Amino acid sequence: MNEAKKVAVLKGGPSLERQVSLRSGAHAQEALVRLGHEVLALDVGPELVPELRAQQPDAAFIALHGRDGEDGTVQALLEAIGIPYTGSGPAACARCTDKALAKYLMREAGVPTLDFHFLREPSVRQLGAAHAVADIEGRLGFPLVVKPASQGSALGVKFARASDQLPSAMVGAFSYDDKILIERYAKGRDLAVSVLDGPATDSTRSPPGRTGARRAAPFALPVVEAVPREEDFYDYESRYEIGMTTFVCPAELEADTAARAQELAMEVYTLLGCHGVARVDLMLEAGGDDLWVLEINVVPGLTETSLLPQAADAAGIGFDELTARVLASAWTR
Amino acid sequence: MDRSSSGAGEGRGARPTAHELARYEALFASRTRSMKSSAMREMMALTERPDVISLAGGLPDTTTFEPELYAKLMSHVAAESTARALQYGPTDGMTATVDCIVEVMAAEGTLIDPSEVIVTTGGQQVIDLVCKALIDPGDVIVAEAPTYPGAVPTFGAYQAEVAQIEMDSDGMPIEELEIVLDRLQARGRRPKFIYTIPNFQNPGGVTMSLARRRRLVELARERELLVLEDNPYGLLRYEGEPLPTLYSLDAEVLGSGGGADLVIYLGTFSKILSPGLRLGWAVAPRPVLEKLNLGKQGADLCSSPVTQLFVAAYFNERDPGGGRRWRAYLEQLKVLYSRRRDVMLEALADHFADDARWTKPQGGLFIWATLDERIDTTDLLALARESQGVAFVPGRAAYVDGRSGSSSMRLNFAGVPEEDIREGMRRIGKVVREQLSLIGTLSGSVPSSRNLARGAAEREPGTPPGGEAAQVDRGVAGGGLRAGSPGAGQDAGPGGDDSGLADVVALPRRASEGSARRRRDR
Repeated sequence: MNEAKKVAVLKGGPSLERQVSLRSGAHAQEALVRLGHEVLALDVGPELVPELRAQQPDAAFIALHGRDGEDGTVQALLEAIGIPYTGSGPAACARCTDKALAKYLMREAGVPTLDFHFLREPSVRQLGAAHAVADIEGRLGFPLVVKPASQGSALGVKFARASDQLPSAMVGAFSYDDKILIERYAKGRDLAVSVLDGPATDSTRSPPGRTGARRAAPFALPVVEAVPREEDFYDYESRYEIGMTTFVCPAELEADTAARAQELAMEVYTLLGCHGVARVDLMLEAGGDDLWVLEINVVPGLTETSLLPQAADAAGIGFDELTARVLASAWTR
Repeated sequence: MDRSSSGAGEGRGARPTAHELARYEALFASRTRSMKSSAMREMMALTERPDVISLAGGLPDTTTFEPELYAKLMSHVAAESTARALQYGPTDGMTATVDCIVEVMAAEGTLIDPSEVIVTTGGQQVIDLVCKALIDPGDVIVAEAPTYPGAVPTFGAYQAEVAQIEMDSDGMPIEELEIVLDRLQARGRRPKFIYTIPNFQNPGGVTMSLARRRRLVELARERELLVLEDNPYGLLRYEGEPLPTLYSLDAEVLGSGGGADLVIYLGTFSKILSPGLRLGWAVAPRPVLEKLNLGKQGADLCSSPVTQLFVAAYFNERDPGGGRRWRAYLEQLKVLYSRRRDVMLEALADHFADDARWTKPQGGLFIWATLDERIDTTDLLALARESQGVAFVPGRAAYVDGRSGSSSMRLNFAGVPEEDIREGMRRIGKVVREQLSLIGTLSGSVPSSRNLARGAAEREPGTPPGGEAAQVDRGVAGGGLRAGSPGAGQDAGPGGDDSGLADVVALPRRASEGSARRRRDR
């Protein structure tokens, strides 16, 4: 067993996903305590850096979702003050959190992702982007889904069935981010594949702040399917709402389909440079066997009902073991 | 920052190997499924920041209560009633408190039999107890649209099916109610009760007309329906003639000089004195009262004797002139709130211009504003909070389906100073204009605010915003009041941080959640 460490759990913060983050953080804290570590729980705010400096933890366990915590901001700060941290680095965070960037990278690499267009709010005001909307509609066809480029919760995800609904859908999405993407709507099954680095080959005994242990090859956990409680074509948003969905793990899929989903997740994990852990959301389009990668979460939820813990559990990795592995990623960079 | 350091080394035995999810999921009652959280509620929980002007809360302004009087009353309770204050009290409330309730209701022209009163832990508990007593899963409740956001999660927790009836400037249209009742009847369903806030409705700001009150009571009688009359703001009337309560109308029809037999009345000290006391009450027909009492025994045995005695002491206070002190304080609040209401109405006229309609309440705490239908106020809140530091309640919170009311918002004018109202409205107006302009650009229409309101032409004509016309700008009816989101518990649950809490959105967080989020002291 690894020796006891002083671990700062970063959670909360001002993001729209604050509540989930607090629950993820609390859940991870419990596990870290059971693992014998000394836990310092920090609800991030203006005191974050001074507090970390004063406390000098051996590592920061990032349980932040959404802005700052998932987009690389906090990761870059932690590097600046020399504190090892869990999960992906600033560049991978930026690539994954910006869904448009992630999709461009996937498209270039030949990873299947639903057809989309990217738009920035300033370009509407300054570059006449409104005149391109008709072309976008023509190319993608209706219905369309409009999403803020970096927003992990259900907020701002809009559905447009026809042209006249698109402007307000776009403005709704722009309320959360000046970058949005307009995506072809596909009906199908929502799948998620979490990818986890293998157990570190060396102990994590290296001095704090330095990489020591060798990183083991990542592997994909079993596929989870999110099944909406009530299928409602009109209520796209509710698919993301807590309590509106049940989860099946492992998902009931053809062996071949499940294997392909896992391969795609691994491919994307490597392509975007993820580290430690990530969750890749996919869709199995109805009426065929097309799999599409929707997005990548670099700080997957760790609550009792989150997908990553469920998938890990299905693979025989209990929550404490999962937490230990995520923590180990702080020293394998 | 909260900080919980835990010593190393104990390790609580074996790690949990069972499916974390299944472990708990299997234990939860099926009702918890309708007690869901929502992204919108989570966002609303974030509006409580010191740099945010919040027009979201359901708060009265407690800064107006004299500290010296508060201290005096508290020491009086402490010195004179030590043992009683520290002891359990009767479930249905202390006699001294019930006397105050009789006095408050008499001030509104409603005479009651003190033995038909139960003192509760806030008015919110009445809603909960009434549901507990009447609602089996799947039972129907009829409510106004929009309805009190804090009732939505209670109805959800009891797995009620809620039918909402769009209001107009005179409150719930009873013809509509009849249509809904007929439709229900055709399905073999009969609502367990009709939930209404007749005065200065929360969130709609409208008041049910006398004719409709009479008709509602008549209808209840014809169809043997219970009515839950929620009346927190009745005494906070700033203009116009007070209207009789449904309770008194029902009692009058009955004519025996006794109480009502189809109306359950809900009252509270929260808006005329203090929500921190957590004291409300119900007046109910005796058979219902008995069930409420049994329900309350299971919920909390009794409401706090400390605060009940505080209320009793407060109601004993006299002015130098010999008048009732509580009446004087009420008058003071009315002056303050009515001025703030005017300030908000002015600000609405200044900053919302042609794109919006809003109610002009004759009392209470809230204005309901409805914007161009292409604006979703949940998204608007996200942007307004982030870019402008201002908050309101998105209309969806007042609709059980979580979807209707999406272009409306509830604005509280009572809880913040005038300059904050002006500034807050200016900021909201700015974001609205920006969004409309962007929508206009994207739609290829001319981004002038007049033409932008494409909806305006389709909506009812007339009613210039802020117009002197009655209390509503027409708009409350029709598209205005549509949509809402469930979720959110009643008063702060044990989780504390779970502040989806509708009316309670602006509750201060518990200290452990960080000092930065304390309410601004003004």
